[in-house]
Amino acid sequence: MTVIEVDGVRMRYGAAEVLHDVTFRVDAGETLAVLGPNGAGKTTTIEILEGFRRPSAGRVTVLGTDPAHGDDAWRARVGIVLQSWRDHGKWRVGELLGHLAEYYPRPWPAPELLAAVGLTGQAGQKVRTLSGGQRRRLDVAIGVVGRPDVLFLDEPTAGFDPVARREFHDLVTGLDTTVLLTTHDLDEAERLADRIVILDRGRVVADGTPAALAREIVGADEVRWRREGRRFTESTPDSTGFVRELFAAHGTAIAELEVHRASLEQTYLALVRHAETEVAR
Amino acid sequence: MIALRAGWRRGLILLRQSFSNGAELFAHVFWPLLMVGAAVALRGRDFGAFSLGALAVPGILGMNAAFGMVSLSQQLTADREDGTLLRARATPHGMPAYLIGTLLLVGGGLLADLAVFLVPAALLVPGLVTGGLGTWLTVAGLLALALVATLPLGVVLGAAFGTARAQGLLTLPILGLVAISGIFYPLAALPGWLQAVGQVFPFYWLGLGMRAALLPDAAVAVELGESWRHAETVGVLAVWAVAGLLLAPVVLRRMARRESGSLVAARRERALRRAG
Repeated sequence: MTVIEVDGVRMRYGAAEVLHDVTFRVDAGETLAVLGPNGAGKTTTIEILEGFRRPSAGRVTVLGTDPAHGDDAWRARVGIVLQSWRDHGKWRVGELLGHLAEYYPRPWPAPELLAAVGLTGQAGQKVRTLSGGQRRRLDVAIGVVGRPDVLFLDEPTAGFDPVARREFHDLVTGLDTTVLLTTHDLDEAERLADRIVILDRGRVVADGTPAALAREIVGADEVRWRREGRRFTESTPDSTGFVRELFAAHGTAIAELEVHRASLEQTYLALVRHAETEVAR
Repeated sequence: MIALRAGWRRGLILLRQSFSNGAELFAHVFWPLLMVGAAVALRGRDFGAFSLGALAVPGILGMNAAFGMVSLSQQLTADREDGTLLRARATPHGMPAYLIGTLLLVGGGLLADLAVFLVPAALLVPGLVTGGLGTWLTVAGLLALALVATLPLGVVLGAAFGTARAQGLLTLPILGLVAISGIFYPLAALPGWLQAVGQVFPFYWLGLGMRAALLPDAAVAVELGESWRHAETVGVLAVWAVAGLLLAPVVLRRMARRESGSLVAARRERALRRAG
């Protein structure tokens, strides 16, 4: 079942077009990472899906509804974690979560949820006294308090130290819902996502499982060798098989063999570097 | 139903926070008592046959009621800047519950302020009519009308003057309006064109209504046209109430529709830059 469908979405602010013909879909239970450098249009995309912005053109449905016209029943099925919440600073952690649970038809009990995100000890603390990582975990707790069918996470681990990041990844992996998250961190996307959409300057440049992306988008491995004083270079999707045949055919005549494996990281870094030089210029 | 229940609970939690917080508690006590001090200091001065102190008490009540408008407007701005409004938008039934909760917070705080002012003022300032039940029913009714006339306007102002800085600027003209609304000095003593301006806004009428309720009948001699103008008081306040109630939901929806996570983040960065 398709939970999120984005079809030919364009977004224009004045003369600047930040999304060009963006199309992708997310199925029930899937975790999709929208990956891309800063300024690629990730936040704009997620804000359209959350119903906070209307696209200039194209069709969007989340749980079968156009988010721009989502009613309260729709809202109750959608969880949202923004990049930087700092609301309700005066509220106590347990009090806020308990209060927000009241808006939903079948919420998680607040104490249970606080335990799940590791904030039981902070339940009586004021929200503004939480550390960055604790605040983020509270935001996720608020995002899932209504047991949403789909959860949006915008740059959930920006500014985290490695320990907080790891804890956060474990928390997200344990969620039993459809998740769409944005990130500029490839490692995070590979760790959390069933599927990755790479966004570059408002265009989808890749869409697939991490393994498929490494294979299809990045393309072939490169094999180089020398034989009888001459240099050879060959691109092949199956470098291991190719090398086996190479040795079978030429045996000890092969020298200086090099195999360069296609890696998602290389492509992505090239992509980001390219985008950042654009920005610098 | 969910919105009503959640909004009510939200209002109670906000009120409890407001009254268990040192700085806010101080404000709830300090300003009303300062006003009592002012009224007491003015009781020796006379305007015509009446002490200025007694004339000022009802005016101050009216002014404070009207100031609920300003606190609501500021609350709305603060909630927009820190993302509380966006959170309400992201929650089912969140906007009506937010509005109910915020109205309870501002309305409840205002009633507490008025009580802190009125009880000592009634005891310390001579020349007020505070004995009868009728007086208090009139005061209560007028306060209810005052809230309905001014709080929706506060929502409109909060939506129109979106930043904390704009809110600061807004305070000046409002103080100006208070100055020409016969709060500390009877309107009859002002030039004609200022009288006309003063009578457009709800402040003057709230003060007039309070004077009608709390001063002896003879004090009507100080008023414009030597009349309490009950019908006009209710009429003008009702017009403001209807205008506010019609406008407030529209502007609030518009304001909320424009909110998004990146806007809240951008404002946060601007605020940090100003602070740093």
